[in-house]
Amino acid sequence: MKEIYLDNNATTKVDEAVFEEMRPYFCELYGNPSSMHFFGGQVQSKVNEARNRVAGLLGASPDEIIFTACGTESDNAAIRSALEVLPDRKHIITSRVEHPAVLTQCRNLRQRGYRVSEIGVDGAGRLDMEELKATVDDDTAIVSLMWANNETGVIFPVEEAAAIAKSKGALFHSDAVQAIGKIPINMTDSLIDMLSLSGHKLHAPKGIGVLFVRRGTAFRPLLVGGHQEKSRRAGTENAAAIIALGKACQLAAEFMEAENSVVKAQRNRLQDALMAAIPHARINGDGAERLPNTTSIAFEFVEGEAILLLLSEFGICASSGSACTSGSLEPSHVLRAMGVPFTCAHGSIRFSLSRFTTDEEIDKVIRELPPIIARLRQMSPFGREHLKGQS
Amino acid sequence: MWDYTPIVKDHFLNPRNVGDIPDADAVGEVGSLACGDALKLYLKLDDNKDKIVDAKFQTFGCASAIASSSALTEMVKGKTLDEALAVSNQDIADFLGGLPEEKMHCSVMGQEALEVAIFKYRGMDIPQHDSEHDHGHAYPDYEGELVCKCFGITDAFLKKVIETNSLTTAEQVTNFTKAGGACGSCIPKIKELIAQVLGESAAKPRTRPEKLSNMKKMQLIQEVLERDIRPLLWADGGDLELIDIDGSRVQVAFRKACAGCASSGNTARMVEMKLRDLVAEDIVVEEVTQ
Repeated sequence: MKEIYLDNNATTKVDEAVFEEMRPYFCELYGNPSSMHFFGGQVQSKVNEARNRVAGLLGASPDEIIFTACGTESDNAAIRSALEVLPDRKHIITSRVEHPAVLTQCRNLRQRGYRVSEIGVDGAGRLDMEELKATVDDDTAIVSLMWANNETGVIFPVEEAAAIAKSKGALFHSDAVQAIGKIPINMTDSLIDMLSLSGHKLHAPKGIGVLFVRRGTAFRPLLVGGHQEKSRRAGTENAAAIIALGKACQLAAEFMEAENSVVKAQRNRLQDALMAAIPHARINGDGAERLPNTTSIAFEFVEGEAILLLLSEFGICASSGSACTSGSLEPSHVLRAMGVPFTCAHGSIRFSLSRFTTDEEIDKVIRELPPIIARLRQMSPFGREHLKGQS
Repeated sequence: MWDYTPIVKDHFLNPRNVGDIPDADAVGEVGSLACGDALKLYLKLDDNKDKIVDAKFQTFGCASAIASSSALTEMVKGKTLDEALAVSNQDIADFLGGLPEEKMHCSVMGQEALEVAIFKYRGMDIPQHDSEHDHGHAYPDYEGELVCKCFGITDAFLKKVIETNSLTTAEQVTNFTKAGGACGSCIPKIKELIAQVLGESAAKPRTRPEKLSNMKKMQLIQEVLERDIRPLLWADGGDLELIDIDGSRVQVAFRKACAGCASSGNTARMVEMKLRDLVAEDIVVEEVTQ
């Protein structure tokens, strides 16, 4: 069965051009970029080219780019570093809707004596900026806020938040894993100190990430050892993946306009058609500024895992904020923080598109999903009670 | 993705007996929208009001909740009420070829709906408890102290599930009942309940079951090895590993201090005696070196 892949916030297809770019660096050009000989040197120059390309997408300077193994490592490194360079400050600020890569780290640090504040969001998933202003103080070492939410696509005003953090001398980090490649980001005139990205969210392979650290921002490495990445991240470079990421960033810049026009139009068509066809549904994050590729829709009286598995029968790949799919027993912390009513928190489905999404694929979801929801509602004791007299 | 068996998938994709029975004799309802799963079970009895002639269900929940409900209705049709009451949550899981452990609470929900339906039909007292959240996971026929406030689960209900499924860790209890799966503040209390149940069951004389399916027998052998034998060996710095079970032949390998111990033959006989006492008379224990 051919997959209809609408789960691009989970991971993306490696672009064929990206794969071609990295292919020689396994069996042929396998040298260590740190080596003195020509054979390593030619890899070194491709790694440098990749660094330039990544910097180009971010509006950063190449020496501000540190390659890591994943977004999670970048997030962990940024927060740990801030606490080490500002040892007298014992307060960390993040939000209630962060990715676990940040949230779990912060909660572990709370166990170790740090004060952690989690800023709330409103019903549309927008950050409570007043709460943030009131929470930052002279003890705050770092404010870490995501650029865009992975579940809802809601975008946070990170520049504004960074200004609030800087006014009290705190460092500001943004987990921009979901935003990079989908919306324009420019670090040139930014107050953001550190920024995380992950390759596999923008058509590069898994296992490669970046931490941007602004020139002049003090940094302490998480991994120590060799002198790689100017001693800011020890460990032999994952050269092939770095080269792939460079290509992926170059392509992301080329496709940025399409992402915000073509993909966005597809996303809008999908959510509009589903909302028109299915009663008792709501868009999570409706009214907030959102990523162009993401829509999360909550369907009342049905459960997300059942929807996903029935979609899967048609080859349609999506994801859910429901409890049952994650192995936890409560709906996602993001939906709960937004106060999504319990009647539909369990039935939220996220569709995340990419530049590879076709109109035919969108048509198929619009065709197949409404009968699936109707079928599960027929089976549900609540669906029957609440939907009497409706189809 | 969950590793569902083909039977679970079949009962999810083609659920049997969905719907309601307007003139049902017995109806059992458990769960709630807030909890993420709920089941309403309808039973129709024969003229003598003894045998279940029809069963239907409505379920809100994940694939395994739907499959467990479907399986339950298939299992109870044709059974008398007393026979139906003997259906355990493990029987539902077995019917489906097994459930992922994190999904065992779906089978528990099925068994509970059945019990509630029959108790109510028989006019037995069903005390209600109010949970503090909207989250009232109603297993209403078990009164007692509310342990898990998030899912509204009492100590009496938890002890029943711990005992019937021989649960030994708080994580297992969460998988089987959801209790402790949200805020987690009741996990220490759950651990106390496990200790209580283990204490009670240790005090109770244990006897060999009368007859066992092969699957049950293998399970019981493993259980006795884990619970009764290995702790004894650990006390002497030894250990054993279960290598294979073939009918009544149980192959074990001795580890640590037991490996190569001159009296390991005696240890093997001790293991055999214990298994004969608690599992089946014809068990033969063989020592293998692996």
